[in-house]
Parts: sequence; C-alpha cells; structure tokens
Amino acid sequence: METYYQPDDLQKFGEIAEGAPDLAKKFFDYYNAVFAEGELTEREKSLIALAVAHAVQCPYCIDAYTKSCLEKGSNKAEMTEAIHVATAIRGGASLVHGVQMRNVAGKLSL
Amino acid sequence: MRRTRAQTLQVNVGRLCNLSCRHCHLEAGPARPEIMTWETMAQIIDCASRFSFSTIDITGGAPEMNPHLLELMEGVSKHAPRLILRSNLVAMQGEQQEALLELCRRLRVVIVASLPAINESQAESQRGAGSFQASIAILRRLNDLGYAHDGTGLELNLVSNPTGAFMPGGQQALEARFRQVLRQKWEILFNHLFSFANVPIGRFKRWLDSSGNYDGYMASLAGNFNPCALNGVMCRSLVSVGWDGFLYDCDFNLALDLPMGGTRRHLTELTQLPEAGAVIAVSDHCYACTAGAGFT
Repeated sequence: METYYQPDDLQKFGEIAEGAPDLAKKFFDYYNAVFAEGELTEREKSLIALAVAHAVQCPYCIDAYTKSCLEKGSNKAEMTEAIHVATAIRGGASLVHGVQMRNVAGKLSL
Repeated sequence: MRRTRAQTLQVNVGRLCNLSCRHCHLEAGPARPEIMTWETMAQIIDCASRFSFSTIDITGGAPEMNPHLLELMEGVSKHAPRLILRSNLVAMQGEQQEALLELCRRLRVVIVASLPAINESQAESQRGAGSFQASIAILRRLNDLGYAHDGTGLELNLVSNPTGAFMPGGQQALEARFRQVLRQKWEILFNHLFSFANVPIGRFKRWLDSSGNYDGYMASLAGNFNPCALNGVMCRSLVSVGWDGFLYDCDFNLALDLPMGGTRRHLTELTQLPEAGAVIAVSDHCYACTAGAGFT
C-alpha cells in the first residue's frame, strides 16, 4: 500500500545532514542537549516531547517518543495523561480566542 | 569472550514456578517437572565447601517452590560470605513461607526481587493478574523484617526488566524513580535497583516473533552494544549449575542448554574451577547482556 509515511524512514533522519552538514550538526547538538537530564529528568522531557508530538501530529515523533517514554520507565497511563495535556492546551487555545469573538461581537452589537 | 577468576556459584533449583512470566527465558511455570533433588543439592554443598566462592546465588523458577530450599541455604551459607536468593516476591506469600523469611533474616541473605514496573497494569502485563499487589505486600513484609533499613545489614535489591520490546532505561534514573514512588505510595524501601534487558530466548523470543518485534528488538540490542559492559558481564566470573547438576556459563546459556565452555560436564566432574582465560560459550542472545548498563 502506498503511503507518505513509512516507519523505517525514522532511521534515516540523520541523512538530512547530507544537504547542509553544518546546520545539521548545530541542530542535532542542540537537540541532544535539550533532551539530556537537567532540571527536568529524561523521563519528564520524554513525556513533554510525547505531548508536543501529538500537538503537532508528527508520526515520527510519536513513534520515537512512545518508545523513549517506555524506556525511561513511563507507562500508558502517564503517557495518556500527557496526551490529554496536549489536547487540553490545543482545545483551550481555540476556546480562549472566543474572548476575541466576544469582544468583536460586543462592539458590533446593540 | 574469556573468563576471569570464578567468584560466584549460581544454583538454579528448577523451572517450577508459581508464575508464568511472559518474558521468562526459562519458560518456568507451575507444570514444569524440573526440580533439583536433595542429592544434587548435597553435591552443590560439597562443591561450595571445596572451592572459595565469594557469592552463592540461588535462582529458579521460583526457588521457594523447591521442597529442600531451606536445607540448601543452611548448607551453602557456611561456605560463602554472601548468599543471594532471587525471588518473584509472589512466591514468598503465605504462612508456609514464614520459616523461609526468618531463615533469610538469620542468615542475612541478600534478596534480589523482580519488580518490572511501579504501575500495576504494566507490571501485571508481564507477570500476571494479582502479582503487583502481592509483590507490594511482600516488600512491606521484608521491610518489617528489617530489610533495607539502615544498620540491619539486610539487603533488598530489585530487578526491573522492561515490560516489552524496548531497552531498559538508565539504571540510575530508574532507581531514583522507583525509590521515590515506592516510598511515597507504599512506604517501601530497598537498597539498589538493577535494570536489565530482556533476553531474546524462551517465552520472550516466542512473543517477539509472534508480535513482529524480533528484528527491531535485535537491532536495538546490537545498536545499544556497550563495550564497557563487557568487563562486568556475569559469565566472566560465574559458574551456573542447573537443576540436574550440569554446568553452564550463565542462566541464559542454561536455558538454551549451551554447556559451560562448550563441553557438557556435571558438577561432580569439577575438580577445579574454570581458569581465568577459559572460553565462554556465546551466541546472539548475549547482546542482551552487553546492551546499556549490562547484566550482573
């Protein structure tokens, strides 16, 4: 079956460096630094990444960070809550703009 | 792969187990007939008296289900400064195990207990329904006996295997997480946590094959090869004895019937310990022990 997304393509992420090696190096150095243990643990960062992956709907990130969360000791219950956090923020972002609607409607209406 | 000096005698007292964990390399379970006899145990005690092992490590199946476990423990405890008993915790339940618990306390046995996860459904996906609450109850019982409390000298360690086809997380971070959650939720203490990869043999391999995870998992194991783990892998300093007295380089080779150094030998034929430099039997499953933090 033909499809845009192939799971095996995730392994080819590093090949993007071939087009612009210096930029790729900057990006991947930064990326690895972001996910290293800091004030937040690696597990906490993986859960955040998983939530963001669902917010931006990146199938590569969902695949990678599901595995990463499990490896770092998380579980489906935690991971599902993290997805709900993304959902609440995305939904909330739409809903809070309703304040703009109400402002405009209020100005225009008798 | 070659040996260093043999320091540990690991005794597998049989494949009989009260659980049928889905990752079990030995495919242990309640119907397994392989149970070490007292005759073989007597040979082991004799072996332990003749050689200087720093550690004797009793494993299974569920060692608690062997009818002669207590006598074996009493017998070998005189011959090595450190005695380890591996336990799935669930097998320690019940009044009939109180004598075992008291013996562990008296002999200062190091208990190494399996706990794959601190989440009930995740843990039970590997070990079966009811196993998690039973494990928590027994861990609290062991703490009540003095295990993991400062000053008692009673050591309780946990082993966590991933509940699926993924690598174990960083051991230090996992230990910190387990320590925090077990203390906060259940007031449970432990000394150390070891995080080991699942070995792709036995029941786990059959699940890897049937779930389509085998190739990806082997690639992960090989990709996580850590040359630093090679020095510490258990086969380099361990002699493993099976339920019938035959010798292996480790419990995983025992599961595959891959004899020690490639030659089938019985414990009673051991006139000297395998020498430093002796060859270790290896195969593809060995990548599990060289992934990440390794396997001790």
